[in-house]
Amino acid sequence: MSERTATIASRVGLHARPAAIFAEAAGELDLEVTIARQGEPADEAMDAASILSLMSLGAAQGDVVVLRAEGTGADEALDKLVKILETDHDAE
Amino acid sequence: MQTFSGVGVAPGRVLGPVRQMPKPVQEPHANVNIPADVTVESQAARVKDAAKAVQSELRARAATASGEGKEVLEATALMAADPMLIKSAVKLLKPETPGGARTAERAVWEAAATVADTLKSLGGYMAERVADVLDVRARIVSELRGLPAPGIPASEEPFILAAEDLAPADTATLDPAKVIALITSGGGPQSHTAILARALGLPAVVAAPGVDDIDDGVEVYVDGAAGTITTDPSEELRIAAKAWATQASTLAAFTGDNTLADGYRVPLLANVGTGADAVKAADAGAEGVGLLRTEFCFLDRDTEPTVEEQITAYGAVFAAFPGKKVVVRTLDAGADKPLPFLTNADEPNPALGVRGYRTDLTSPGVLERQLQAIAEAEAAHEAEVWVMAPMISTAEEAARFAELCAGAGLKTPGVMVEVPSAALTAETVLGRVSFASLGTNDLTQYAMAADRQLGPLATLNDPWQPAVLKLVKLTADGAATAAGASGQPKPVGVCGEAAADPALAAVLIGLGVATLSMSPRALASVAAVLKTITLAQAQQLAGLALAAPSAAAARSAVREQLPVLNELGL
Repeated sequence: MSERTATIASRVGLHARPAAIFAEAAGELDLEVTIARQGEPADEAMDAASILSLMSLGAAQGDVVVLRAEGTGADEALDKLVKILETDHDAE
Repeated sequence: MQTFSGVGVAPGRVLGPVRQMPKPVQEPHANVNIPADVTVESQAARVKDAAKAVQSELRARAATASGEGKEVLEATALMAADPMLIKSAVKLLKPETPGGARTAERAVWEAAATVADTLKSLGGYMAERVADVLDVRARIVSELRGLPAPGIPASEEPFILAAEDLAPADTATLDPAKVIALITSGGGPQSHTAILARALGLPAVVAAPGVDDIDDGVEVYVDGAAGTITTDPSEELRIAAKAWATQASTLAAFTGDNTLADGYRVPLLANVGTGADAVKAADAGAEGVGLLRTEFCFLDRDTEPTVEEQITAYGAVFAAFPGKKVVVRTLDAGADKPLPFLTNADEPNPALGVRGYRTDLTSPGVLERQLQAIAEAEAAHEAEVWVMAPMISTAEEAARFAELCAGAGLKTPGVMVEVPSAALTAETVLGRVSFASLGTNDLTQYAMAADRQLGPLATLNDPWQPAVLKLVKLTADGAATAAGASGQPKPVGVCGEAAADPALAAVLIGLGVATLSMSPRALASVAAVLKTITLAQAQQLAGLALAAPSAAAARSAVREQLPVLNELGL
């Protein structure tokens, strides 16, 4: 199991366009990636490819989340997803 | 030949085929017995296929959209085939699920409802996305049932859109190149359908029972002034439609400097929301802005815009009208225009709640920062800036608003008169400020105690109601007395939908209104009618309307005296 933490950079938090960009990227992977708030149990983590799950996570700017995935290429995939979360898409 | 009658809300005579707006999606029944030969796998496949089909349709629409609309459609497309939504729907198909196996339609319905409830409980921006989730749900359920997708139908040829009523969300996707008229069985003169029709210059008839049952493809004649819809149109009506097409082009020009037949000046101004609107209004000949709806800079925001952002937004409007009057209305949030950082969505009665100027009670500071931004934008441009507060009910509120304006260095403070109490005490209210603007849509809703959006109340919700006209007169008279007492002019304008009805515009002037502000589309037709009458005639028309026993009687008595309306098809 690979694991990464990421700090939400977008001013609006993890919803709207930032959530759409992230969910789409997670959906394109052959791996199942989960997302949870830091400190929450791993079995309550949610599907990172689900925009509705991301929205109900309600992560605001500055909140820390944990991404988890298993399988070949998991490390590279998670690094890529962390980068998306740590970019302020509203500033683009 | 069959004729349907309703309330004409935007003039124009057109012929075309009817396309019905699909009816709202009905909730699928719970507790349906599922035949033994229907497998969970086959139902799960149906759900997934329907979700994918909806997703590709939304993606195709996103590809042709632009800007913010594109982003919304792309996000909605992602929701349509959301893995969490599909997983929870599929779970509900299984016999071991609590409550037993659901049909595919019911499973999607319940799964989306659960998601919607979660988002709603999060509040703010998430709660606003509930509508998107429910839209996706309606689309998937329609797809499963083999029914057309909800929303405005797609068509190669131009058509007349028939519906029960249109929602604000439908109006955003309406293509004025395809839709040539709007006819609804519900709605009223102030409904979203009516406001949209006037803004787009589309002929429209609302509250015409039966039109939502006309078959798709049937050719009808619509008269948006008379409020009638006719099937199997006669040769005479075909000629009338052709004549309108020619007249519409001659009516399209307005060059500013509006006067009555005797030379009496009645400036015609425009209602705008953005800098882009203001440029269009100036091109349409508007002599200034009678209503700048500043909330449009704030909508879709979950935080208050900065003073700098506001200065840019207001400055864009001021730049379009150098040397001309621009009346800025401070934030009018609440009721049908909620703002997450200002208004409370849980009020039991939002039309009577903390809205308009009243949000200053619960969120002090926002108004003062807005006034500061308006003053700074004014300093950078040449427009003559007036500022007014919405939903003022008392002279005390008017006085406090005037103080806030003075504090920001704004010279011309005013009030909106929408609450009957402000009209009834106009003399005292106008003693505290420099001008008033009548918001006839809300003034009518409050005077008649009739919700603007409700079709069955359309006849009550009519600015021709003699009670509403009396409130207009009280306001104009009160302002005149206040002006005499102070030695300063206290002009009263109208910026509600009433100003865009040429016959009613004549009555308003006769009642003592000095300026009219409207959707830029209406400027030319209002000017064309006003130039045929003198101030004395306008006053006579006002007398007729005030004395009428009903709104309908007032309208027909006035229209009878204005033959130009019929000649122009207005």
